[in-house]
Amino acid sequence: MFATVLQALNEGFFETLKLFAVTLLGALPLGLIISFGSMSKFSPLRWLTHGIVWIIRGTPLMLQLIIIFYVPGYILPQNPWAVENGRFWAAAVAFIINYACYFSEIYRGGIQGVPVGQQEAGQVLGMTKTQIFFKVTLMQMVKRIVPPMSNEIITLVKDTAIARMIGWQELIYAGYAFMKGSHGYAGLYWPLLFTGLYYLLFNGLLTILFGRIEKKLSYFR
Amino acid sequence: MLEVKNISKKFGTTEVLKDINFTLEKGDALAIIGSSGSGKTTLLRCLNFLEKPNKGQILVDGKLIFDADDPSTQKENEIRRKRLHFGLVFQNFNLFPQYTAKENVMLASQLLAKEREDYKEKKKEILAEITAEAEDLLTQVGLSEKMDLYPHQLSGGQCKRVAIARALALHPEILCFDEPTSALDPELTGEVLKVIRSLAEKDTTMIIVTHEMAFARDVADKVVFMDEGVVVEEGPAHEVIENPKAERTRHFLARYSQEQM
Repeated sequence: MFATVLQALNEGFFETLKLFAVTLLGALPLGLIISFGSMSKFSPLRWLTHGIVWIIRGTPLMLQLIIIFYVPGYILPQNPWAVENGRFWAAAVAFIINYACYFSEIYRGGIQGVPVGQQEAGQVLGMTKTQIFFKVTLMQMVKRIVPPMSNEIITLVKDTAIARMIGWQELIYAGYAFMKGSHGYAGLYWPLLFTGLYYLLFNGLLTILFGRIEKKLSYFR
Repeated sequence: MLEVKNISKKFGTTEVLKDINFTLEKGDALAIIGSSGSGKTTLLRCLNFLEKPNKGQILVDGKLIFDADDPSTQKENEIRRKRLHFGLVFQNFNLFPQYTAKENVMLASQLLAKEREDYKEKKKEILAEITAEAEDLLTQVGLSEKMDLYPHQLSGGQCKRVAIARALALHPEILCFDEPTSALDPELTGEVLKVIRSLAEKDTTMIIVTHEMAFARDVADKVVFMDEGVVVEEGPAHEVIENPKAERTRHFLARYSQEQM
């Protein structure tokens, strides 16, 4: 019995990890692009990106997930999600868009948080714009970004549970399946307790990892 | 060596600099005095191409390096090179926090060295030279013990001296200081002024925006008094500070006379 539960939870956890990894891979670069849009000197682009970020951050991820999964089927001649792993990709798209918007604001804060004087000091010393970015501002940006980023990434680990709204079988789904069995009370709380442990352990690892990165960057202020 | 002709600068509709003219001879130190908001800092920023004047010309060694009416003097990649005529020590240092004192002094030289044609062949020698020079400069400003510390581990006066060494590393023809002693307590002020004084003794060409009247009188060869964006009075340092001719200069200096001199 225990082995069966563990195996099912492992499979569920693997799916959770997959969504987590794909979301990061997509949202980290997309967020940077959005942040450039929101700092653009071209005002229509700036307003457009501000509008998108407002909508995405202003509505529940669960709602966005449902819209992205169900609406294309109604308005497009062919449902793009009616493929193998369609539920996963629908979830991935919703998560990437959602997290890219949050990341973009963190990037923007990091970029705008570096004092103008740093750039001017580079200019006065005859550096090119590229040199100033890579040699002067980048590290200071990274240092500013790491704490809010780690916060957001830990939230993402737990948010992946929302993907079960569209019937995608991640970790909670796997744990929940056992509650319908005939194991009485134990069947009710053990599987869920275990799913909790998975999240806890994984986030514990991430916390240690981010702590190390922060410590590495603490040699300057 | 430096000629500033008819420089004007507007921010929106506010005229910050109105028709500024002055000259500076090689080896001289020029002090710019005046109350806050008189345009002193903006003038320094114009010389360092951090602001673009709306009118006027800047000449170094008789060569036109900036003309507001001639876009060919304002090309981005040339400006980068022209900036090297000038060095600027910022009011709030603007040291790079992620680098040690020595790395701060070396960074720009290392990057510029990469543009040299013989860089690949002589890379080691060039880098050794840059390191030796940085160490030498930091020793000159009294920081031989602090070279490997990061800016946040240094006091304000020490940071200021690193910033001076960093500017000197590029051998600017004219070194500009933007209020070198503001934001420093009296004790730290002394150590920074000592460094500037020793530079003056070595005939470094300098422009110093300052509130230290006694220092301006003793160190500068020439003083320019600015008020509301115009040069009200200029002349030899002792004359301007001890016997100002213009009413506005007298009024300004009267406020300092009791406290400082």
